[in-house]
Amino acid sequence: MDRRKVLKGLATTGTLTATGGLAMPALAQSARVLKFVPQANLANFDPIWGTQYVVRNASQLVWDTLYGMDSKLQAKRQMIESEDVSSDGLTWTFKLRDGLKFHDGEKVLAKDCIASIARWSVRDAMGQMLRAIQKELVAVDDRTFKWVLASPYPKMMLALGKVGTPCCFIMPERIAKTDPFKQIEDYVGSGPMKFVRADWKPGAIAAFELNKDYVPRAEPSEWMSGGKVINFDRIEWIIMPDPATASGALQNGEIDWWESPLPDLVPVLKRNKNIKVDIADPLGNIGSFRLNHMHAPFNNLKVRRAVQMALSQEDYMRAVVGSDDALWKQLPGFFTPGTSLYSEEGGEPLKGKRDYDAAKKLLAEAGYKGEPVTCVVGQDIPQIKAMGEITADLLKKIGMNVDFVATDWGTVGQRRASKSPPGQGGWSMFHTWHAGSDCASPVGYIALRTNGDKAWFGWPDNAEIEKDLAAWYDAKTLDDEKAIMARVNKASMENVTYIPTGFYLGYQAWRANLSGITNGPLPWFSGVKKA
Amino acid sequence: MFGFLLRRVLSTIPVMAIVALFVFSLLYIAPGDPAAVIAGDQASPADVERIRESLGLDRPFVVRFGEWGWQLLHGNLGTSMFTGLPVVELIRQRLEPTLSLMAVTLVFAIVAAVPMGVLAAWKVGSWLDRLLMAFCVFGFSIPVFVVGYLLAYVFALELDWLPVQGYTPIAKGLWPWLENLILPAIALGFVYIALIARITRATMLEVLSQDYVRTARAKGLGESTILFLHALKNAAVPIVTVIGIGVALLIGGAVVTESVFAIPGLGRLTIDAIVRRDYPLIQGIVLMFSFVYVLVNLVIDLSYMALDPRIRY
Repeated sequence: MDRRKVLKGLATTGTLTATGGLAMPALAQSARVLKFVPQANLANFDPIWGTQYVVRNASQLVWDTLYGMDSKLQAKRQMIESEDVSSDGLTWTFKLRDGLKFHDGEKVLAKDCIASIARWSVRDAMGQMLRAIQKELVAVDDRTFKWVLASPYPKMMLALGKVGTPCCFIMPERIAKTDPFKQIEDYVGSGPMKFVRADWKPGAIAAFELNKDYVPRAEPSEWMSGGKVINFDRIEWIIMPDPATASGALQNGEIDWWESPLPDLVPVLKRNKNIKVDIADPLGNIGSFRLNHMHAPFNNLKVRRAVQMALSQEDYMRAVVGSDDALWKQLPGFFTPGTSLYSEEGGEPLKGKRDYDAAKKLLAEAGYKGEPVTCVVGQDIPQIKAMGEITADLLKKIGMNVDFVATDWGTVGQRRASKSPPGQGGWSMFHTWHAGSDCASPVGYIALRTNGDKAWFGWPDNAEIEKDLAAWYDAKTLDDEKAIMARVNKASMENVTYIPTGFYLGYQAWRANLSGITNGPLPWFSGVKKA
Repeated sequence: MFGFLLRRVLSTIPVMAIVALFVFSLLYIAPGDPAAVIAGDQASPADVERIRESLGLDRPFVVRFGEWGWQLLHGNLGTSMFTGLPVVELIRQRLEPTLSLMAVTLVFAIVAAVPMGVLAAWKVGSWLDRLLMAFCVFGFSIPVFVVGYLLAYVFALELDWLPVQGYTPIAKGLWPWLENLILPAIALGFVYIALIARITRATMLEVLSQDYVRTARAKGLGESTILFLHALKNAAVPIVTVIGIGVALLIGGAVVTESVFAIPGLGRLTIDAIVRRDYPLIQGIVLMFSFVYVLVNLVIDLSYMALDPRIRY
C-alpha cells in the first residue's frame, strides 16, 4: 500500500481538511525550481563587506562582473564590450555592453562601475595595489569610463575578473557608495537572478528569482565568463548544517544538488542510482599548518624546519578525506597543482620518508628546551579538527611539548589575531585551508606574503620573497611568471612560511535528473537543467 | 489572585534585568570575535580591526551595555551583526517552527506518557510496569539525535512515509505542516515521555495508596473511574509541574532536533548565533527564552488553582 496514495485519497474526500485544505507533500518538485544545499549558511549578503566564499557564490547569481574568469583562469569580457590600453600602459578605457540593466530597470552606467570599483578596491589586495597607483577613475560617457594609473598594471583584467574573494561585483552607484566596512541593505543587482529579500531567512533559506531582463553574452558559459543562461525561475538555497540530513534529503529527492557532501557519506550516495557524484572543484584546497613566526618556538627557523621534515602529508590527508585516494595528493609546493605556476622547486623537505630522529636532532640544535607549542584547533570544522589531532601526535613524536587548545573556529578567528606570546593569550600554530583558486597565483594568496607584522596571521618576515611576489605583477610573459614563482616556492619552503599539509578535493552530488553541472571553484548555475 | 498575578508579573522585571546583565557580561568575557568571522579567512588584520570598530566592539563594556539596555527599554532588541536584520525579525521568522515543534511534542508526550504512568502504577510490579519503566530508562538514555537519525532512516529513507527534513508553515495546510513534525516530535518527545511517565507513576502510586481510593473501590467504582477521575486528578499538580519544568528540556532538545531535521527554528538560530558570536542575536534569544520560561512557570502556578481547589493565592 502506497501511503501517499492513501493520503491523496483521504485528501480528496476531505477527511483531513481541518484547516484550509490539505496540500500534498511536494516531493516531486517543479522543473523550474532548483533546491540547492550550499557549503555554508548565507549569513550576510554583501560580497565586499563579508568575504566568505558562500557570500561570493550567492553573489555571482545576483551581481555581474566586468570580466569573468574561465576554466583556464583567464579573465574574459563579461559586462565589458571592449577595453583600450594606452601604449604606455597607464590609461585603461573601458566600454560597457549595450542593454545592461539593474534589477530595478535602471541602466548600468559608467558611474555605477566607478562606485563599485571604488568600494571593492578598499577591501581587495589587488584593488589596494591599483588604488595606490591610481591617478584618476572617471566616466567618459554613460557607457565608458577611464582609469589612469601612475605606473602600468598588466594584471588589470585579472584583478577585475578574478574569482577569489572579494570579486568586483557591479552594483548601482547608490548601493556601491556604502562604506566598505558597513553592510549594504539594498540588494538590487546586475546579474541573472534577483535576490528575494522577503524569503531570506539566514540560517534556513535564501531564494533567487530569474531576472527576465538579463541579457547574457553570446559566448558559451564557462565559469564566471560567457552567457549566463539560467534555466530556473527560482533557485532556493536551503541551509542544512547536518550532513547526514542533507544526504537523506538528496536520496529522498527533497533537494536537487548538494555542494559539499562529507567524504564519509559519498559511498552511500554513489550507490544510489538516482544520484550523481563528481569532484566539485578541480582546483581543490590546500591544507595549512600555520606557524607563528613572531614568538618561540617557531620564531626559530630550525624549529620550523624540524616540524616540516617530520610532517607527513599522507597522514593529514587521510585524516581529512578518508581512504579515497582520488581525493588527495602530495603537495611539495605552495601553488595549486595543475595550474600554470605550480612548482616543486625546493619541495624536497616534504618528500620521501619522514625522519623523526633527524627532526629531534634539529630541534636540539635549535636549542628547543620544551617550550609549550600552543596549538589552537577549531573543533567545529571536521577537516581542521582532523588536522589538529595529527599535529598533536606529530609534535609529541618529535619531542615537543604540546599545549592543545581545543576550541571553536570563532575563537580561533579571534586568538590568531593576537600578537601576544603563546602563554599570554597568543598562539604557536593553527590549522586552516586555502582554496586552490586562491593559490593559483599571488592574487589573493595572502598566506604566502612575508611582510612581517603586516602579513597574514603568523607574520612571517622575508624581504626576498616579498620582492619576488611584487615582481610577478610586472611580469610580461608566462615564462617570466613561472620563473619568479619557482623562486618564491623555493624561498617559501626554506623560510617555512607555512607548511602545506597536502592538496585535497571535495565532491558534489546531485539528482540524476539534473544536467549541465560542471566543476569549478564555485557552483555554476548557468546551463544547469532539470528534467 | 489579582495581587498575586501583579506581584508575579512585576517580579519578572528584576529577573529579566539580571538575565540581561548576566548574558551580556558572559558574552563580553567569552572568547571569539565576530569581526574576524565577518571578515573571512582572506581578510587582513587591519580589515578585521576596521570591521570591529564599525560594529562598535572596540568600545568599553559600560558604554555597550548602556546602549543595549537603553534600546531594550524601548522594546528594541537591536540588529544582528551578520545579517543586518533586526533581531526581532529574525526571532519572528523562527518562532512558528519552534512553537509548532514544541506543541506537537508536548501533545504527543502527554498523550503517551500520562496513560503509561497510570498503567505502570496500576500494575505496579507486573511485567507491564517493568516494560514501561524500561522504556523510560531507554528514553532517558538515548540521545535525541540518535533517535532522530534512526527515525529518519526507517520512516523517510527506507519506507518513504515521511520527509527527511524541513518545515512547512501551518498556513499551507494541516497535513504538510504535521508531516514535517511527526519524526522530530517523536525524537524530541522520547525523553519527555520518560520524564512525565516516571513522575506520573510515582505520584499515582502515592495517591492509589490513599484511603479515599480504597473507599472508592469498596463502593464498587470501576477501575478506570478510580484511576482517571479520582486518582489522576489528585496526582495532577506534580505532573503539571514536571511538564512545566520539561519546557526547558524541550528548548534544549529543540536545538539538536532542529539541526537533525533541518527545521528553521529558534534552536538553530541560537546555535548559528553562538558559532558566529552574533552578540545582539544571542542576547535577544536568551532573553526571549528566559521570558518564556518565567511565563510558563506563572501559567503552571495559576493552573494549580484549577487542579486543586485548596490552593489559593
